[in-house]
Amino acid sequence: MDIHEYQAKELLAGYGVPIQRGAVAYSPEQASFAATELGGWHWAVKAQIHSGARGKAGGIKLCRTYHEVHDAARAMLGKRLVTAQTGPEGKVVQRVYVEIAEKFERELYLGIVLDRKAERVRVIASAQGGMEIEELARTSPQAILQTEVEPAVGLQAFQAREIAFGLGLNIKQVSRAVTAILGAYRAFRDLDATMVEINPLVVTPDDRVIALDAKMSFDDNGLFRHREVSEMRDLSQEDPREAEASQDNLNYVGLTGDIGCIINGAGLAMATMDTIKYAGGEPANFLDVGGGASPERVTKAFQLVLSDANVKAVLVNIFAGINRCDWVAQGVVQAVQSIGMKVPLVVRLAGTNEQEGRRIITESGLAIISADTLAEAAQKVVAAARPH
Amino acid sequence: MSILIDEKTPVIVQGFTGDKATFHAKEMIAYGTRVVGGVTPGKGGQTHLERPVFNTVKDAVQATGATTSLAFVPPAFAADSLMEAADAGLRLVCIITDGIPAQDMMRVKRYLRRYPREKRTLLVGPNCAGIISAGKAMLGIMPGHIYRRGSVGIVSRSGTLGYEAAAQMNALGIGQTTSVGIGGDPINGSSFLDHLALFEQDPETEAVVMIGEIGGPQEAEAARWVKENMTKPVIGYVAGLTAPRGRRMGHAGAIISSVGDTAPEKAEIMKSYGLTVAPSACELGSTVAAVLSRKSPARTRA
Repeated sequence: MDIHEYQAKELLAGYGVPIQRGAVAYSPEQASFAATELGGWHWAVKAQIHSGARGKAGGIKLCRTYHEVHDAARAMLGKRLVTAQTGPEGKVVQRVYVEIAEKFERELYLGIVLDRKAERVRVIASAQGGMEIEELARTSPQAILQTEVEPAVGLQAFQAREIAFGLGLNIKQVSRAVTAILGAYRAFRDLDATMVEINPLVVTPDDRVIALDAKMSFDDNGLFRHREVSEMRDLSQEDPREAEASQDNLNYVGLTGDIGCIINGAGLAMATMDTIKYAGGEPANFLDVGGGASPERVTKAFQLVLSDANVKAVLVNIFAGINRCDWVAQGVVQAVQSIGMKVPLVVRLAGTNEQEGRRIITESGLAIISADTLAEAAQKVVAAARPH
Repeated sequence: MSILIDEKTPVIVQGFTGDKATFHAKEMIAYGTRVVGGVTPGKGGQTHLERPVFNTVKDAVQATGATTSLAFVPPAFAADSLMEAADAGLRLVCIITDGIPAQDMMRVKRYLRRYPREKRTLLVGPNCAGIISAGKAMLGIMPGHIYRRGSVGIVSRSGTLGYEAAAQMNALGIGQTTSVGIGGDPINGSSFLDHLALFEQDPETEAVVMIGEIGGPQEAEAARWVKENMTKPVIGYVAGLTAPRGRRMGHAGAIISSVGDTAPEKAEIMKSYGLTVAPSACELGSTVAAVLSRKSPARTRA
């Protein structure tokens, strides 16, 4: 799960990471009022969407008067912001963050990630902040400082100090950077984050170290023990179908093809989509109905898949382990009857109670195309989506 | 032979008295698995499925001599139960649970390293279908009847795709020694490499199918190990050719986030290390058949 910049800053500030004073606003009036309340001479108005690269896309504006703050907020709010990371459809700006803008001398990069290879938390830093770390890793990998965290004891002060000195900071700045690095790590650890990125972490002329931007992502599996984090979820930033699916504990990812997929198991779902492509078709979605696919879940899955107007045919592929083919078959029959399918449907059932499942499909009298193998299922659904 | 488990392996079930655990423990017993008891804190002294229930894993191990456990424990308590199993000296622990926080798994794996290598618990899962040694024993939630005895090992991140591979092989008369699901999470208890090493040592296994998916460095590491250490042929497959970047495809670990994470990249790496890669998921069985017949034409239909 991703959160907004202002939310990440709020969380990080709670762990001692220095941030600039700021306020969130939902209207231009609120934004200019926030600027008067915050004080200061210059303000940054920042579009709050779940994406980086906002600056280049016009999502961050430096303002010198309350008027400019008002106008900047008006120009952003309610608009779709398209950045290099959002895709062409962009994301709607529903709130802006107004922050006191200050001079700074240096821009650093600080990132904390879960390293799957080492199975440890890794702290990454660079003296060249403001750039994307992926780009920096390509162009000058020697400019990246890294340290691995021993899980039994957590990040140690000496590790943070090594990084801070490595960034070429003076002694006053080092102690402040250490506070920021250790704070960001504790936030990462305590809140089950998968990523904390402070880019840039800036150094001011009077030697303060401040998180100018902040991004956090969280482990969905850890949210059950962090209500304060899960409450920050902003559904407006997610694909509406995916958000709806997640409410029903279904895993759905929308794609651009025309063959709807309802499958159990993430691996089989991906493999089935690949097989459709291999057979000359294009999958419209990923959908894992998971174990224990009750008739209600199957119906929900059908509704979701068919809500995509591009779908010209649907493939149900179930290899039942925990699931039972007869239950799934009942669900399919029930869903088809209640929804009134207008596109061809191919069903392949295998595993636990497959004979019973196939019998239910056949005896339903519905126009369902049966398939015995994965290859057959993919060929039939591709043919069904492109009638001759 | 087979790897990890057989009909003699004494197994306990952690979270024994829960609904799902009860259902699958029954299936395991019916398959022939030697389930000798179970653990549910607070229910020690009771009998469940005609087997004793214990309060702690240590009690269960002492009373039954169990060496192996299957854990059906909710995510919030999973890490604790895994460390308890390791501390009680179990040789093998398989955890089915989906939804365990990644940082918990990190701590569990660090904890396992407290023990010397020869006493260290081998952890399989989480978020997996389990382990089955065809015709001998089952430790998990797979449909046992789709496996048949034979000479090919399977190791897969995905459960259902492992079933698919077995079904395709069966249709061509090729059976399995053991099938292991290592799970779809970003941090697995054990990796492809751990199980490939066991299959390499198993005299009955003639070839291994390794089924990967997008995300993470595991497949590449394993493929390299195969090239350097393995004498038996390995058939590879990577799911997720059509997966978009940056999107999580069901499994917590199935996300393309860095270089080398995509399916085509992994398939290329596998090929470069000499693995035979199945061109599509519906050719898993036929690719295995082709590799076996190249290896020893007379033994493909054992």
